[in-house]
Amino acid sequence: MNKILLVIQREYLARVKKKSFLIATLLTPLIFPAIMGVFVWIAMEEKGNQSLRIIEVIDETDLFFIESSEQYAFTSSGVDLDAAKKMVQDGNRYGFLHIPKIDLKNPAGIQYYGLENPSMSLMGYLEGSLKRKIEDQKLYDQGIDPKVLREIRSDVSIQSITLGEQGEEKINNATVNYALGFLSGILIYIFIFVYGNQIMQGVIEEKSTRIVEILVSSLKPFQLMLGKIVGIGAVGLTQFLIWVVLIGTLSSVVMGVLGMPMPQQQAMEMANPELAQASPDSSELADMLLVIGGIDFAALVGSFIIYFLGGYLLYGALFAAIGSAVDSPSDAQQFMLPVTIPLIVAYMGLFVFVLQDPTSTVSFWLSIIPLTSPIAMMGRISYGVPFWELALSMGLLIGGFLFTTWLAGKIYRIGILMHGTKPSYKMMWKWLKSSQ
Amino acid sequence: MLQISGLNKSYENHRALTDVDLLVPKGVVFGLLGPNGAGKTTLLRIVNQIIEQDSGTVELDGNKLSPEDIRKIGYLPEERGLYKKMKVWDQLIYFSRLKGLSESEAKIQIKSWLDKLEIDSWRDKKIEDLSKGMAQKVQFIATVVHRPSLLILDEPFSGFDPVNAEIIKNEILELKHKGTTVILSTHRMESVELLCDHLAMINKSRKILDGTVKEIKRSFRPEVFQIVLSQLKKALPVEWTPKRSDDTWEFTLPLAGKSPNELLSEMMDFGEVMTFREQTPSIEEIFIHQVQSAADE
Repeated sequence: MNKILLVIQREYLARVKKKSFLIATLLTPLIFPAIMGVFVWIAMEEKGNQSLRIIEVIDETDLFFIESSEQYAFTSSGVDLDAAKKMVQDGNRYGFLHIPKIDLKNPAGIQYYGLENPSMSLMGYLEGSLKRKIEDQKLYDQGIDPKVLREIRSDVSIQSITLGEQGEEKINNATVNYALGFLSGILIYIFIFVYGNQIMQGVIEEKSTRIVEILVSSLKPFQLMLGKIVGIGAVGLTQFLIWVVLIGTLSSVVMGVLGMPMPQQQAMEMANPELAQASPDSSELADMLLVIGGIDFAALVGSFIIYFLGGYLLYGALFAAIGSAVDSPSDAQQFMLPVTIPLIVAYMGLFVFVLQDPTSTVSFWLSIIPLTSPIAMMGRISYGVPFWELALSMGLLIGGFLFTTWLAGKIYRIGILMHGTKPSYKMMWKWLKSSQ
Repeated sequence: MLQISGLNKSYENHRALTDVDLLVPKGVVFGLLGPNGAGKTTLLRIVNQIIEQDSGTVELDGNKLSPEDIRKIGYLPEERGLYKKMKVWDQLIYFSRLKGLSESEAKIQIKSWLDKLEIDSWRDKKIEDLSKGMAQKVQFIATVVHRPSLLILDEPFSGFDPVNAEIIKNEILELKHKGTTVILSTHRMESVELLCDHLAMINKSRKILDGTVKEIKRSFRPEVFQIVLSQLKKALPVEWTPKRSDDTWEFTLPLAGKSPNELLSEMMDFGEVMTFREQTPSIEEIFIHQVQSAADE
C-alpha cells in the first residue's frame, strides 16, 4: 500500500509541477470568456470609431419613415435615383434605399444601393422597419388601429416548476438544464480522453525506456498500474477543482461588474418571492439567473466527480492495458478503436437522445451501462434523475471499473515485459487466460 | 545464501528453464553465462519475483523467497532506464523508497554514493541532460542504494566507457568484500575471469556447467603444453609443426598419457628447453566449446 502511495505521489507531482499543467489549468477557464470579450471589444470599438452613416431614402410611396439608429441616419432629400447614386459615389451618403411604388399586398422591388456590401444587421434593420410599417399600414386599411393591436398583443412564457418529494418547488429552465447536461457530459468525455491518453503515454514511456523492469523488481505490476492511474486521476481532479474555483470567482466578479445579482442576493430573493416578483426588470436573463441560482450545484458537482472518477478509472485501466501491450504510441492506434467507440457512442447518444428526451428508454440505458453512463448520465442529472436509477448506474459503474482494472492488470503485468513482439488481440487474450 | 532447486519455466512456445539447480554461496561474485535466449534473464526475473516459476524453489538465506526479500535484493536489469524528465536526486529517492528505505535513510545513502562516485554536482540535473555513461552511474546507485545483500547485475558493463567500467568493477569488488553476494550475468568473458569466483553456464534452458572458476579451468585443461626449444640437438618430427624464429622452435604437444615430467625429459633430448608451459583455456574458450558441443548434439 505504501508503495502505491509512492507511485501516486510521483505520478502526481511529475505532472503538476510541469509548466504546461499550470498554463493549461489557469488559461483554459479564461479562454472562452476571453474569446467572448475580444468579440465584444471589437464590436464596441467598431461602433465607437464609426461615424454615423447617412442613408438616403427615396420613397415613392410616401408611406415609410425609417427611424434612425445609433449607427445609421436616414434622410429624405427628395432627389431622384441618378442624383442619389451620385451622392453615394461622391461619398456624401453611405448608401440609399429605393422604395418604388409598391403593392402592399405583395411588396417587391425595394432596392438598396451602396459602395460596399451592407452588413447583415443593416439589412435586418431595414427589412424589420419596412415590414412593421407595411403591417401597420395593412391593419390600418382593415380598420384596426395598430396601437390597439399592440396593447392586445401579449408575451407568454411558461415558468416550469418541478415538485420535489417533500413538496419543495424548484424553478427550472430547459435551456439551462440542456446547457449544464451538455457541458458536464462533454467535460467528462474530454477528461477521459485527455487523462486516459496520459496514462497510456506514461505506461509506454516506462516500457520503452525500460524503467519498468527496475520498478517491478520493487513492487507488483498491479500496484504500479494502479498507482499510475490514481496519480494521473488526481491530477485531473486537481485541474477540475481549480477550474470550479476559478470559474466561480470569475463569474461572481463579472456578474458584480455587470450589476447582476450575486448568488447570495439571488438566494435572498428566492427565499422571499415577493421581493423577487417586485424587482422591476425581471428580464429573461434575470429569470435564467434565478434558475441557475436554484440549481443544486453541490449535487451537480458531486455527481460530476463521481462519474468523472468512475468513468476515468474504467477507461483508464483499458488505456493502461493498451499502453502495456505496445512498444510505441503508433502501435497503440490499432487498439484504440474498441475503447474509443463506446466513448463516441456515449457522446453521440448525449446529443441525439439524452439531451432531447432525458427519460426515454435509450437515454435510460445509455445512463445505466457503465461504458456510456459517465457521459450520458451527466446529461440527465440537471433534469433530475430518480434515486434508484442513480444508485444502479453508480453501482454498475463501480463494478465496471473494478472489472476493467482486473482485466487490465492481467494484460499489463505480462505486456510491460514484452518487447519486440507485435501485439495482437489474440495474444492479449492468451495473456488474459494465463495464470502467470 | 541463494539456493535454487529444480527450477522450471516455460512460455507459450518455448522452454526457458529446465530443472535448473544453483547454489550461490555468500560473499562471492557468481558469474552466470550463456548465449542469448538461454534462459538467464528468466532465471534472474524469477529470483527478483517479477515472474513466477512453473515449479521448483528459490530460497534466500534458507527461507523461501517472499515479497519482503525485495528489500534484500538489488537488481540491475539488462534492459534498464531512468525517467528522462526527473532529476537525479528525486529519481534516486523514488527508487530507494520503493525498495523500502525511509526518506531520511534514503537521503543519507544517496548522498554518500553521490560523493563516492563524485557526481554530487549532478543531483539537480535531469537524466535527459546527462551522457549515457553518467546515467549508467546513476542507474548503478539506484541498484545498490538500499544496501542489498544480494546484488543481481545483468550485463552491468554494457554502455560504459572503459574508465567508468573500471570504476563500477571496483565498486562491485568492494561490495563483495563487505559481504555482498553478487550474481553477474554477462557476455564479457574477461570481466568474468577477473571478477568471478564461481560460475554457472546455462544453455538452451539447462545448466551445463557449474563450479569455481579454478575448478572449471582445471577440468577443461586440454593437457596440451606449449614448448619452446633452442640449440636443437636433433631434428624435430615434422608432424609437430614447429615454428622457427631465429634459433628457437615453438610448438605444442599433448601429454598423450605421459606425465608432464616425462614429456619434459623427452624434450630435453631435443635441445635446450626455454619454455614449458601448460596451455590453460580461457573461460571464453570453454564457453564457446561448451555451447558448440551442445549445438552439435
